[in-house]
Amino acid sequence: MRIDRDAHVGVVSEPRTVTVEAGFLTFFAKATGETDPVYFDADAARAAGHPAIPAPPTYLFSLALSAPARRGDLFDADHGLGIDMMRVLHGEQRFTHHAPIHAGDVLILTTTTSDIYDKKGGALQFVVQETRAEDRAGVLRAEMRMVTVVRHG
Amino acid sequence: MGEGDILPELVRGPITRHTLALFAGASHDHVPLHTDSDFARAAGMDDVFAHGMLSMAYLAQALRCWVSAERLLSWNVRFTAITPLHATVHCRGHVIERDGNRARLSIGAWTDRNLQTLDGTAVIALD
Repeated sequence: MRIDRDAHVGVVSEPRTVTVEAGFLTFFAKATGETDPVYFDADAARAAGHPAIPAPPTYLFSLALSAPARRGDLFDADHGLGIDMMRVLHGEQRFTHHAPIHAGDVLILTTTTSDIYDKKGGALQFVVQETRAEDRAGVLRAEMRMVTVVRHG
Repeated sequence: MGEGDILPELVRGPITRHTLALFAGASHDHVPLHTDSDFARAAGMDDVFAHGMLSMAYLAQALRCWVSAERLLSWNVRFTAITPLHATVHCRGHVIERDGNRARLSIGAWTDRNLQTLDGTAVIALD
């Protein structure tokens, strides 16, 4: 099913509040073969001058997935784009880091569907979503831009 | 750090089903294309394949061998091919240009069959 550009471009998700959990950071470190103990040992992190275990530079992607938006979610057929998981590929990913993120931080995520475009005569649709992560003081800590490819036919 | 300087290569893998199961859980990416062979084949794939974000996480580790994570200002990649099961991931980069206290790097990942899977750039802060 093709995605209706007019129905989704410009949609802004509701703000989602997420807590950066030390346990998940430790699990992420294990899953990615991390060798620097700063990323899985709170004592090592503090010894290196961090207030707590830092989130690695791709972690905003996982935080966003951990709190799917009710409005504008890629896969939600009722409130989002309703994309079939069999048809998706990850096309592009960008991160912009403004300030470090650590275990214990509480962030507010907002995701905007900023563009949807075709390639290969419509055989592929590209969905661009941009997510901002602010702290409770309203300081922008990180941003990301995700491009999802939907294969048709 | 100057133009043409080459990042030390970081090698991870080979990618196993276990690697993908762990990463699916840890990263909150539960798309079954990466963990369920039946689902992946029904979607027209040969088998499960690695999350692009797993290679991007490896690439972050490679960058950190060079500069501390705090110096990574912005970075982006295109996922130019899927990373198949059992592949080894080779993360590489080099300096494209240095402009004052910033450097722009070309970064990427390749499989052990020399198939490029990630292609991107990173901007880092220098002293």
